[in-house]
Amino acid sequence: MTDSGLTLAELAGSKQRNRVESLVKVGVGSAASLSIVISLAILAVLIVRSIGFLAQVEWSSLVSSLGWFPRSNRFDLVTLLLGSLWVTGIALVVATPIGVGAAVYLSEYASSRVRRWLKPSVEILAGLPSVVVAYFILQVIYPTALEGVLDSKYTLLAAGIGVGILTIPIIASVTEDALSAVPNALREASVGLGARKAVTTVRVVLPAAVSGITAALIVGASRALGETMLVTLVAGGANGSARALGPASASGGVTMTSAMANLAAGSDSVAVSTGVTLNPVNSLYVVGLVLFVFTLGLNLLGDRLVRRFRQSY
Amino acid sequence: MTIAFTRRRQREATAEAVRRAITQGGVDRSGLVFKALVASCLAAILALLLWLLEDVVAEAQPYLAERGLAGFLGGTLSSQPATYGVSQGIIGSVWILIFVAVLAFPIGVAAGIYLEEYATDSRSTRLVNLVIRNLAGVPSVVYGILGLAVFKELLGGAGQADAAWWQFTGGPTLITAGLTMSILVLPIVIITSAEAIRAVPQSLREAGFGVGATRSEVIRSHVLPYAAPGILTGTVLSFARAIGEAAPLLMVGAITGLLPTYGTVPDQLTGKFTALPMVIYGTLKKPETQGWPAVTASVILVLMAVLLTANAGSIMARNYFERKRQ
Repeated sequence: MTDSGLTLAELAGSKQRNRVESLVKVGVGSAASLSIVISLAILAVLIVRSIGFLAQVEWSSLVSSLGWFPRSNRFDLVTLLLGSLWVTGIALVVATPIGVGAAVYLSEYASSRVRRWLKPSVEILAGLPSVVVAYFILQVIYPTALEGVLDSKYTLLAAGIGVGILTIPIIASVTEDALSAVPNALREASVGLGARKAVTTVRVVLPAAVSGITAALIVGASRALGETMLVTLVAGGANGSARALGPASASGGVTMTSAMANLAAGSDSVAVSTGVTLNPVNSLYVVGLVLFVFTLGLNLLGDRLVRRFRQSY
Repeated sequence: MTIAFTRRRQREATAEAVRRAITQGGVDRSGLVFKALVASCLAAILALLLWLLEDVVAEAQPYLAERGLAGFLGGTLSSQPATYGVSQGIIGSVWILIFVAVLAFPIGVAAGIYLEEYATDSRSTRLVNLVIRNLAGVPSVVYGILGLAVFKELLGGAGQADAAWWQFTGGPTLITAGLTMSILVLPIVIITSAEAIRAVPQSLREAGFGVGATRSEVIRSHVLPYAAPGILTGTVLSFARAIGEAAPLLMVGAITGLLPTYGTVPDQLTGKFTALPMVIYGTLKKPETQGWPAVTASVILVLMAVLLTANAGSIMARNYFERKRQ
């Protein structure tokens, strides 16, 4: 003890530094816990407001075959679900081949120089605002490609194509992650047996990455389901009874997201009439809750698959 | 046993065939087709972007030439294309960016620091991680619902005499929009900064601890400067999202029609508002005659210019930190 000359108090460090230390810890910790608060707030708002609405509305009107006409107190959720399903399905049909193909090219074929130049194009597409893609669909794609085929400019089909464009980058980037997680030893083994590049890619790399590609599709579906502005602008109607009508119907269609947007914007002229306690605008909370549950389920599933392919190699 | 008895000539023929296959090769046609196929997917993305850009520029150019760029940038929302202007949209979008930079950026980086530097691998940490990843996947319109219910209605109380002191957002205002957008981009900032901090080599931290620095000192002097380029990439992403998203703004009541001219800064923050993507939404809903598509294309150009400016700022900051690191 006498040699070093250090006392216990000196080894403990200065009190002020310790105080700063614990303050910083509390500060960053509360920043992290804010995410929990936000999640709980989202859940609380959706559930409390939905219960408030469901207590007032006749439950039979939530699945009435008359359709989605909020101002006539018809809240057919099936119409909205079908619309969302159509848009998401079409979006996946458009985005899956292009997204997976682009990812295969970037990960398996492109040299690092080509990659550096071409990868930003996927990133730019990812940063494209959905209102801009809506303009692209309405003013560019429709007049050149769809005008002769469809009876109306505003259809679920056109909306699905637009959402597909917006879904390409997410599918491409998750797929690329999955492909680059496939160990090179697998490729080398295949090439060593005499397989050509394309055979290696199709028979070895893609099957090895299949859980990651599935995750890409699931995350893409979740993104497509939640896309709002493009569908509101391109799909047409704020109302609809079109349970049986297809995606190319000239009367347009309405999805969960576009129904909410139209309610909030008041573009279907929902107004609170005097003497009526039921405010149709509040139906958007129920729709929001349904959408939240769907996307949460897809995200959890996708997350699980992504972890699996990261772990397995 | 069969091999041993294979006739010599047959063996030579096989050897010849293999030799030919190896030395002369021949074209792998199906392989080339496959390569062309996957390359064309990427080419399609590129073509789409160029097509969009070309169309927007071609559509906007004659309109902007006639309207005058200064008049278009300085003017206010109007019911006529000839007098249309986007100044209010630019002001709204810039304010939203300021909110994101002041709120989401520091809180997000702090949360990233907590997750990577302080949190132990416990159940609660895994829960926080899961919650953040899922928040990043929540549709923007749901954040709009949160903004609508909490910031606009609960904390709003616009124009009502009985508005309590804590009802500070004033209803459908830029404060509401800025707070909603900050919450929307927060998970992106957290995830990207946590990834950047994770990539900092452990030896750097140990060097700091070795000379007696506390954890927060090591973070400030070693971890953050090293992770800064990666963190700023995250801000670029969050800025892009905050500028481009319109759905939450629609939910909290952004204006697309006519808007009284903004006055001073408090007026801008506490009055009715719009932002560039909402302006595009508004002009896209206008009839296609009378040249509204040209107006839309022009606003898209302005939106892209704001986006590029914000990105260029973050990229310059990133390059600065990258140079410093070397």
